Order: sequence, then structure tokens, then C-alpha cells
Amino acid sequence: MDATEPTTRLDPPNDPAARAGTDAEGDLVEDDLVEEISIDGMCGVY
Amino acid sequence: MRSLLTTPDVAFDPERRYALHPQVALRSEPFGALAYHYGNRRLTFLKSASLVELVRGLDRHPSAAAALDALGVSDQDRARLWRALEQLEHAQVIHPLTGGDRCASTS
Amino acid sequence: MRIDQLKHGLTAPICLTWELTYGCNLACVHCLSSSGRRDPDELSTAEAERVVDELAAMQVFYVNIGGGEPLVRQDFLDLLEHAVASGVGVKFSTNGALLTRAMAARLAATDYVDVQVSLDGASKPTNDAVRGEGSYAAARRAMDHLAEAGFGPFKISVVVTRDNVAELDDLEALALGYGAQLRVTRLRPSGRGAATWRKLHPTASQQRHLYRWLSARPHVLTGDSFFHLSGLGEPLPGLNLCGAGRVVCLIDPVGDVYACPFVLHDQFKAGSVRGPGGFAAVWHSSRLFEELRAPQSAGACASCGMFDACQGGCMAAKFFTGLPLDGPDPECVLGHGKAALARVAPGAAPSPGPGHSRRAPAPGGVRPPDPARLLPVLPEPPPGAG
Repeated sequence: MDATEPTTRLDPPNDPAARAGTDAEGDLVEDDLVEEISIDGMCGVY
Repeated sequence: MRSLLTTPDVAFDPERRYALHPQVALRSEPFGALAYHYGNRRLTFLKSASLVELVRGLDRHPSAAAALDALGVSDQDRARLWRALEQLEHAQVIHPLTGGDRCASTS
Repeated sequence: MRIDQLKHGLTAPICLTWELTYGCNLACVHCLSSSGRRDPDELSTAEAERVVDELAAMQVFYVNIGGGEPLVRQDFLDLLEHAVASGVGVKFSTNGALLTRAMAARLAATDYVDVQVSLDGASKPTNDAVRGEGSYAAARRAMDHLAEAGFGPFKISVVVTRDNVAELDDLEALALGYGAQLRVTRLRPSGRGAATWRKLHPTASQQRHLYRWLSARPHVLTGDSFFHLSGLGEPLPGLNLCGAGRVVCLIDPVGDVYACPFVLHDQFKAGSVRGPGGFAAVWHSSRLFEELRAPQSAGACASCGMFDACQGGCMAAKFFTGLPLDGPDPECVLGHGKAALARVAPGAAPSPGPGHSRRAPAPGGVRPPDPARLLPVLPEPPPGAG
């Protein structure tokens, strides 16, 4: 069921890290890879 | 979208063996995967195919560190994945396996 | 979560709303689904079970069941138990009138179920003006039954109106008293709401108050229904975008699939679960959903600095007030929507139609609650074509 293939690059081309190149600070400046919301956090439901 | 995650206060132990939490369903998506925890009703977005691969394969390695090594990613990517694993433990999406699993052989 | 990461479509909805019946014992003046009378063509129990099986196969994590009043269906609890047994979590939305002690006990014994009781005021007069005489008492009774049965935390869901904004603190206290979660959602001009929206929707000043109130209370749920207020400051918790056809959709009582529960109109109908490929085919391949998942034009909002935050607001709110979809939300925080509304010709807004209302709503104005108070539960329709 998991259709992803192994890759040594972290993400597909829309990954900001890939586009921006190495970050000089060595710390994360982009969005985290994990984001959590409540199951209630989607518009268009009861 | 505002993330509700705070800095994890639980010490993530890379030498422990981890697994997907048994109450979590993981569903692959074009952006990575969705993880839904049936116990705490939280929904987590995993926004990287590599992260999903890492999480799915966690319990096949003797430790989280070994699982990360097996991916063969750059140091920068490794740091991001590390932080992601910390966040996933904090969110209870993954949990450490107990019972003397530390660096145990997986075969 | 960037929209472009979601735009290619998902393998299944994140959240799916399923209106189980158009039958309802109440006649709320703002009912999004214009419910009241059962439809003779509602999905049979067997058809509904097949829908559950499909959702389970697609790994839909969680389904929101509503209506009408879902408890009107005699097979409701059986369907609910089938869903949770198949791995699909259920939240259902109820007015509580039919939530007996016995039902509360049965629910308390069922895992993966959330109950959401609708209430539109902390006080009887405020609530009953919208939901009908006796509805406040019925909702409170249901909450008492849940509490006594040891159900645990349930949700109290409030549609924010001009008349109940002043009672938000009291509603919070009410929820606290029950150990329940408070949920407040946006009034959309949908269903019977189309006729009552102008008089019931919060004023601009009340919206600003609401935004500040919610910002200080991240524990209050919103169903992400206030993303149109994101221009006021930090976005509230949630995806902050219109999920219709992208991360959510609706299955209606006769099996029709719509982009979301607030756009029950042919223009937003994607297909039917009774079609050859079932629900999955509609979710993956319907033309409407493909269009919604494509990048949307900012249109008149393109030059506005707030567009990134508010995404032009709610499709349903624009559609049923006669505004163009590629323009400001009628409640745009910068006032652009108000200006646009003034240009809508009388009678030009699309009509939601009579739906399944027991009688047609009065044109304009707030229709007073039905003097029959809690209306009797209508009998089950004869077996449908399904």
C-alpha cells in the first residue's frame, strides 16, 4: 500500500530545503516534517 | 497552519527500538502520510516520503539510530528526521518497545 | 500544511460527513440541510453498511454522522457499531431529544465514538428562538444522560449567531460543568440558513470579539470554520482552508456526494455512492472534485494582502449569498464582502430549495420556531428502491 520508493534525498522537488540549498546555520528554518492537528481541524464537517 | 506541537519534553532515546503505536493507523498520501491515533483522536501529518519509510521500518531495526542509519540520508536531512521522530514520540504516534529491546537483534 | 501539498488529492477524505437521514424532530431556523421530512429514497440499512465497508477499505479514519437527526433512524446504533468494529471512528451530531438513558449506556460501552450535542444558546430563550421550544431542555437532558452513564467527555456544538455571542462565556462554563468540550462553528447561509443568515450572522464587531475570544482559548474546537477570520491575526488552530472536495466531503441520506454539507446544491454535487464505482470512484474521479483540487483563482482578492491568510473564505458563504466564488467572503474582515453584497441583485442568490423542510421557510427574516415544539418522530418510510 505504501507507494513511496527509497530515496536518499529527503523530499520531492517542492521541498524548500532542496530548493534553498544547505542552510548555513545548520538548524531548521523550514516547516517541520510533522504537523499535528485535531481531527476537528478541518472545515466542512459537522 | 499552526502546529500545536510544543518542544518535546520527553527524552527521545535513539538507542531504543521504536515502533508505530498500536492505536495508530498510518495511511500513505501524495505528500507523505497521515497518522490517526484512535486513542487520543489526534491527526498527524508526516510531510516526507523518507519520514514515512523511516517510521514504517522502525521496528525492523534494533534502535531508532540504526533505522535512521539504514536510510542513508545527508546530515541535514538526518537532523530534520531526528526532530520529526522526537515530535512523533511526543504525539504518541511512535513508542519505544519494552522488554530488553535495547540494541537487541531483530532476527 | 501548505495548500499545494494537499491539492493533488488524498487517497481518502480525512474527515467525511455523512448525513444519515433528512428526518428530524426539530425545525431549526438555520438548518444547513433543510431537514424535517424523511426522504423515501434514503439508503437502506444494507446500502449504508456497504458504505461503511467502503470507508473502512479506504481507511477513512473517522466519520461525522449527522442529518437531520441521526437517532431518527432505527438502525443508527447498529450502523455505528458496524463502523467502529470495522475500524472507522464515529462522531455523531444530535439534538439529544432521542438520546435516552438506555442509549447513553450503550454508547458509553462503545469505543471510538464521540457524541456532539447541538445547542445554540446557554439559556433557554436564546437557544429555543432558533431551535424550537423544548429543544434546550432536550439537549440538557441528553447531556445529563451521557454524564450519568459515564460516557466521558462529549462535545457541545454551538452555531455562533448574533444572539448567542454574548453567551459564549456561559457556554464555556456549561461545558466545563459537564467535563465536555465546547465547539463553536460558523453560521453559513445554507439550507434554511439562506433565509435567516442576514439577521442571524454575527456583526463585524462581534466577529472581532469572537476571534479574540477563540484565540485565547485553543481548547475550544471550531471545526476550522473561522479561517475567514485569519486576516485578524495569528490563524486559529486547524488547516485554515476550505476542505470541500479536498480533504472532506459529504454523503447525503440518499447517497449523493457533495463537496461539503454546506453546499447541498446541484452545482456542488459530485456523484452518488449508488454509482458503479461506489464512493471511492466519486472521491477519486469526479469532475467536481478534480476542479476543486486544481488551483483556485484569487480573482478580486488577488491584490489583497490578506488572501494568503484567509484564502478568500468560505465557498458556501459566497455561493448562497450570490457572491462570486473568486472574490471576498461575505464576512470578509476588511469589509470587502459587505461592499460586494450590496451589489447582489435581489433574488439573484442561488436558492437552496425547500429541501426536506416540513414547510417552506418564510421569505427573509427569522422564522419563529414551529409552535408544535418537539415535532413527533416521523414513521420509517417504506423500503426504498435501494
